[in-house]
Amino acid sequence: MTDIVNDESQQDLVTLTIDGVEVKAPRNTMLIEVADQAGVSIPRFCYHKHLSVAANCRMCMVEVEKAPKPLPACATPVSEGMKVYTHSELALDAQKGTMEFLLINHPLDCPVCDQGGECELQDVAMGYGGDVSRFNERKRVVRDKNIGPLVSTDMTRCIHCTRCVRFGSEIAGVSELGATGRGEFMEIGTYVEKSLSSELSGNVIDLCPVGALNAKPSRMKARAWEMVEQSNISAHDSFGSNLIMHTLRNEVIRVVPEENAEVNETWISDRDRFSYEGMYSDNRLTQVMQKNDGEWQPSYWSDALHSIAQTLKQYDAEEIGFLVSPNQSNEEIYLTQKLARALEIKNIDHRVNQIDFEQQHADPAFPWLGQSIADVGKQDAILIIGSDLRSEQPMLAHKVRQANARGAKVFVVNPHYCKFHMPLSGHVVVKPQEWLAKIVGLLAELNNSSKHNVPSDLNMLLSTGKVDSDMAGIAKTLLNVEHSSVLIGNLMQLHYEYSSLRAISYWLSQLTESSFGYVSTASNSAGASLLGALPHRTVMSKTIDEPGMNYQQMIQSPRKVFVLLGLEPEWDCVLPTQTLKALQQAEVVIAINSFTTEGMREYCDWMLPIKCYAEAEGTKINMEGRWQSYFKVVDSDDEIKDGWKILRMLGAELELDGFDYVDIDDVRQEISQSLDNSFGFSNELPSLPKIEIKNWDEGIVFSTGAIPIYSIDSIVRNASSLKQAQDLDESVMMINSIDVEKHGLIEGKWVKVSQDEDSSIFKCVINNKIEPGTVYIPRGLPRSEKLGGVYAPVQLKNLSVA
Amino acid sequence: MSKIIPKELSAEVQEHVVDWLKRFPDDQKQSAVLGSLHAIQHEHGYLPVVQMDALAERLEMPAIAVYEVASFYSMFELEPVGKHTIAVCTNLSCILRGGEDVLNYIESKLNIKCGQSTADGKYYLKNEEECLAGCCGAPMMQVNHVYYENLTEAKVDEILDVLD
Ligand code: SF4
Ligand code: FES
Ligand code: FES
Repeated sequence: MTDIVNDESQQDLVTLTIDGVEVKAPRNTMLIEVADQAGVSIPRFCYHKHLSVAANCRMCMVEVEKAPKPLPACATPVSEGMKVYTHSELALDAQKGTMEFLLINHPLDCPVCDQGGECELQDVAMGYGGDVSRFNERKRVVRDKNIGPLVSTDMTRCIHCTRCVRFGSEIAGVSELGATGRGEFMEIGTYVEKSLSSELSGNVIDLCPVGALNAKPSRMKARAWEMVEQSNISAHDSFGSNLIMHTLRNEVIRVVPEENAEVNETWISDRDRFSYEGMYSDNRLTQVMQKNDGEWQPSYWSDALHSIAQTLKQYDAEEIGFLVSPNQSNEEIYLTQKLARALEIKNIDHRVNQIDFEQQHADPAFPWLGQSIADVGKQDAILIIGSDLRSEQPMLAHKVRQANARGAKVFVVNPHYCKFHMPLSGHVVVKPQEWLAKIVGLLAELNNSSKHNVPSDLNMLLSTGKVDSDMAGIAKTLLNVEHSSVLIGNLMQLHYEYSSLRAISYWLSQLTESSFGYVSTASNSAGASLLGALPHRTVMSKTIDEPGMNYQQMIQSPRKVFVLLGLEPEWDCVLPTQTLKALQQAEVVIAINSFTTEGMREYCDWMLPIKCYAEAEGTKINMEGRWQSYFKVVDSDDEIKDGWKILRMLGAELELDGFDYVDIDDVRQEISQSLDNSFGFSNELPSLPKIEIKNWDEGIVFSTGAIPIYSIDSIVRNASSLKQAQDLDESVMMINSIDVEKHGLIEGKWVKVSQDEDSSIFKCVINNKIEPGTVYIPRGLPRSEKLGGVYAPVQLKNLSVA
Repeated sequence: MSKIIPKELSAEVQEHVVDWLKRFPDDQKQSAVLGSLHAIQHEHGYLPVVQMDALAERLEMPAIAVYEVASFYSMFELEPVGKHTIAVCTNLSCILRGGEDVLNYIESKLNIKCGQSTADGKYYLKNEEECLAGCCGAPMMQVNHVYYENLTEAKVDEILDVLD
């Protein structure tokens, strides 16, 4: 006997039999779910365990004793004493009848269909379809739609199960596909020609039980049975979605989710699904390159490493700076800092998205979400401060939306307007220069009503704060609900007052008994912190007495030698111009990277090709502290090396001890030996910065902005279909019409934006969602690369005549 | 002939929308969609996409959901059509009483096929119409919401010719 029990509904169990086998299940569970868990297979198309019940395909018909007709198992709740027959004559008859109807209009073009071989319709037709069609009339034909660069359509194949439609409204939170027309003329589509805009849109490919929706970039590239599958993890955000990569002849053909109920459930973001194309970009660095008198020449690994070793030895340790991408693996991070420290180099940092380091000693061991990913979906209230969540963390945004759908109140306080896909209980947009005052006001309000108190050092500050009406509801809700969270994101980390903003946010969480969490962006921000790619801490977050220089210090008083690991500073760093200047001034710049950029060819002296993404193996730590492995799925060119090997060879070249690893497991073992749990999972903030509220002149315009979703790291930037999907005019800045008038700008015309001595030119586009007194400039792009910090006073000058 | 369709709902349509909204609870604004679409069609003769988009925003529902409703009901036109809508019933009772002949006659009279409008924009012959519940007067047709029964060719001429 099989017992199907969820702990929640243990009390109300019913006993039924399915095909003669007795089963216990919570009352009112749908029959199909009970049968699935009992291992009885019932054919289905429209049912999906994470979507609502539509019961429109009628494939799941079963016989239930005493019911006069067959019933749909997906829409029939179980009850006491029910006797179900899934293979009785009545059931089979109904199933076969449905199958025959479904096949009437289906083109049966399996030989040219990408879904062939892994198609639910094909599988079920094998079991329930007839050999010869009795239908001799004309089949309906449906014109294919262009719904963007990611999802291909062959709509004649559609069987109208509406999974894709329900996905849009229930999971993605953006309803784009729908069923228009009726009867014979019903079609699934967008009605008007438009690309799917959801950042999770690719999931409809997996959901579609037939070949109507498929992966466009993979179209006609392989048959399902030829491909080899291999698990992997996401390389682009700290959510750490589990993936399966499908390869054929050493090429990644497509990526699909690997189910993990605790992390990504059955979904992945489009970024994770299509970024593999980046590996095949023309910008790949495939050879060791050395600059000789301004000319780039190919070189050999042995020569390069020898010269680089000489260089590193030749300069004083203080003159050398290491900048490491927080997307690198634990092994690469660990070895980089080990190598640097063996050379007594202290200037090493991965926090290239931060400029305020005042409170770095108070940082947690690693930026932790403060709870498990699964718990986010169970919150009653979530306050997000400083995150364009959908773009930074599409899957975490999904989790927040899940909580919201359950009734959680979600509040956002951001320095610019960001689109959310759920009804927000509060959406506060505040100018970057007034951000601090705004949340201080909220804390002041809470301090009066909470049973907890802020540290006395804050009392002075709070006595001046007053809560704005748009924030008042936040305080009340956070205090009253049971499970609440305060999450701080990347937009805050970029801020020049990060320490203060963070401290206030932390105390907001303390006064409201909320969990406090960091939404770190990069895929291994956690590993980079924990394994010591930091100037002030070494492995396992152990403090160093005399810290080295942080990112900003290395840039402000430029080092003579820079080693860049996995970074494209002009786009990855928060201070692009200053970083570029520092690199241009440096005597030697060594880039270990998978791609080349124009800038790199200018400022570098050495470029060493490193394996990228699915070519390498390693481990990363996600935002909830989950240590996950990723694997080598395809081989790269011989000249392109594993990160850990490059560092091992360099270590050997430098004659350093402890660089004689045979394989990556040796490195991993060394890391695990250093694991001593001394760090613990805690986001407690042990110290307070001196917090002061600066008053800026009303007339000053501040820039604000975020990195677009598909420009977030080098792999994504090089992925062609995603780039197409981003469909972004990189020359556009957005500004409120009030400011357009005030500064004499002209809509659609060029504007010069200057920050101190840096400037760049943008097209002026009016968007009244942008706060007056700010201008929105997308970051991480060739134009914004010529500007300084994200939040800074700017001058605007119209360049055209009316 | 094509004119620019405004992106906003006219004051008159707005009024209708408000009127419909009054009849439904606040959190079920989309219930007003059907009535509001009628108002738009009344004004424009069909349902322009930009107007449906404006309605979607007004009723806080996804645009695709408005398109779904609009394309489901045969009384809504999705493309510009002739001024006078003629719908000839060709369902069972009517067909038995010569409904198809009526249709053929109108097609040749106006020199258009079912689903088309005359070049002068005057008449629009709607696609196959299902039973309009006027069987007792079969064959019948509907012209601009008015039923005409027991049709003959002469009667059809009489009805259509007087339209302006
Ligand atoms: S396109 Fe696929 S998922 Fe969508 S309704 Fe058709 S068969 Fe179902
Ligand atoms: S799976 Fe039950 S009706 Fe479609
Ligand atoms: S069949 Fe024509 S009105 Fe009923």
